[in-house]
Amino acid sequence: MPANELREVSTEYMLFKAKREEQFITGSEAVKEAARRANIDIAIAYPITPQSESMHLVGDLYAEGYVREYFRGENEFAVMSEIAGAAMAGVRTFTATCGPGTLRAFENFPMWSGARLPIVMSFMTRVINAPLSIQPDTIEMSFLLDTGMMMMHAEAAQDLYDMLLMSFDIAEQTSVHIPMGVFVDGFFVTHTRQKVNIVTEDVKLKPYNPGMSPVAHIDMETPPFRLMRDPFVMKSNYISYAAHASWQQEVMASAQRAKRYIKKYLGGFIEHENPDAPIQIVASGTAVSQSREAIKMLKAEGVDAGLIKIKVIRPFPGNEVKAALSGAEKIIIPEFNRVGWLCREVASVIPNNNRIVPGPRVYGGMTMPPEVIVQVVKEGALVGV
Amino acid sequence: MSLDITRINPYFEDVMPQEYRDLVKNGSFGSEKRLGDLGTFKELLEEHPMCAGCHLALAFRILVSSLPRPEDSIMVGSTGCSSLAFTQLALHNIHSLFGNQNAVASGLKRALELRFPDKIKDVIVMAGDGATADIGLDMTLHSWFRGENITTVMFDNELYANTGGQESGMTQCGAVLHMAPTGKKFQKINVYDLAVSSGCAYAAVVSTAKPKNISECFKKAVLIAREVGPTYIQIFTPCPTNLKIKPSDSKKIATERFKGDYTFREHITDEAKEYLAISKDGIKKQAIEPETVLISDDKEIPLEGS
Repeated sequence: MPANELREVSTEYMLFKAKREEQFITGSEAVKEAARRANIDIAIAYPITPQSESMHLVGDLYAEGYVREYFRGENEFAVMSEIAGAAMAGVRTFTATCGPGTLRAFENFPMWSGARLPIVMSFMTRVINAPLSIQPDTIEMSFLLDTGMMMMHAEAAQDLYDMLLMSFDIAEQTSVHIPMGVFVDGFFVTHTRQKVNIVTEDVKLKPYNPGMSPVAHIDMETPPFRLMRDPFVMKSNYISYAAHASWQQEVMASAQRAKRYIKKYLGGFIEHENPDAPIQIVASGTAVSQSREAIKMLKAEGVDAGLIKIKVIRPFPGNEVKAALSGAEKIIIPEFNRVGWLCREVASVIPNNNRIVPGPRVYGGMTMPPEVIVQVVKEGALVGV
Repeated sequence: MSLDITRINPYFEDVMPQEYRDLVKNGSFGSEKRLGDLGTFKELLEEHPMCAGCHLALAFRILVSSLPRPEDSIMVGSTGCSSLAFTQLALHNIHSLFGNQNAVASGLKRALELRFPDKIKDVIVMAGDGATADIGLDMTLHSWFRGENITTVMFDNELYANTGGQESGMTQCGAVLHMAPTGKKFQKINVYDLAVSSGCAYAAVVSTAKPKNISECFKKAVLIAREVGPTYIQIFTPCPTNLKIKPSDSKKIATERFKGDYTFREHITDEAKEYLAISKDGIKKQAIEPETVLISDDKEIPLEGS
């Protein structure tokens, strides 16, 4: 369907009513298919493995007319700055990066949140150097936890596709209007083919309406005509400090207000399988898939274990996780990173957190065989930490 | 923009701050001013917190008073002394991070072209030498390589002023400054030549020794950036505080240097020359719009629906 013939529809229609067909595609191609229907004004790209392919494909969409503006920036810090400039002018933006690129761009992320920019981007997580590795690892998510961005963690290409499509609507809500990162484990998802249900109808999301922004745009068309982004503290006085502090609170509150929209589109922040089991495995991303396999193996041996899949990392669904783990005797948290950021998040919201066995953790690009999870569940011992 | 958005609602006129009323009534929106008009209208730059004798502040005033279309100009700044002046600017302006000003301006300009394809929107970067030639050099150069239609202004005081007088890439060789305790070891970065070789349609080196020259070059740079390509203005702006000289001696330094190594240079492409010759009349016509009465004399405006 040519780009100019796509019909504008609501996000609800796109996600819940539009006809879909199953395609056997990579995670990167799922990004392309989401971007095709997301009505993106500007996409800016910079290559880094394993993210590059997804932004090549978004570039192809630009050539085909589905994205209005696209170019390759000079580095990740510049790309995120260019995206910020475009978002400040009131258009819908998209980009992606990963690993070292995330860290090179890092100063921009809290600035995006503070400037109330509804930017959507995807992070295809990978190892942070050194030593050099381009393999999967979710440690960059740990660094991003406190930037003010909202964060979703996709388990597979289907999640990635749907989460991207819903993110624009959530981030652009007047009461929210802060950036959303959709995270996916590099290579495991980006470079493998999976069955993904793709919208087939001739539809695209409604365009971003800058008039609905809670903050005026930098365009000299939107009052107030004398507008500055963004430093409050240019003169040291109590009022400017108070303004800055309350603004930070407002950014945090924006993420909390997003919960109702996230719930509408995701159904919930977590998915819980076998909630009555005394052993509960808590995971996000592809560690969920590995845990599912481990639970099958445990079941064959007569061990009863449940699974909690956490889909939203920021705002962290603390109450939901706490309630889901209220009856658990032992909690296993497998992660694809060394620091165990998800373990820390869970431990911070539950009572008696000595129930947690903090692992297994694999990192540096290692795979996580289900047997490793099984071993931790059975022995209750730390593995790989 | 429509000058309507500067109009004060008659019901709120009496409670609006005086400085806002002055801006609306006596500002330069909707009419092109000249440098010689300074002092006869409400300047875009009001009181500023810069040091006595600061020539960055002087250059800033000259620039904002020389905008061809202040009502359709958006400024992008960066960390530094100039960011203190930006807080007093009566124009839309952005200060996001240190060094990313040309990248922000690139995204901004392209987005504005998507949203307002039939309107002129002048995007002007104003930053110090540290932001332009050091931390932001790659983004400055790449905005030129890409041919972004923006104007880049460097306030060159040959050091980091806002952080207390450290060596920058634009510091003169041999100068002893913080972080250059035994003197700077390399020459000033030749950003002007880089601008020329990077594809700027117009580039100029000017000095606060010649305010009128700054004004004229800046106007050319903004006009050429609209249609032809990126433009660059480098202004020598002595910093009395960090050079540890009397504030009243800034002008003397600017004048002396102008006779020597910091003198006027100008590069203009043939295409830019041609555009300038053709566009001047057109620009003037666009600059004067009929809607110049900004504060209503008639407060009896019926409420909608009444």
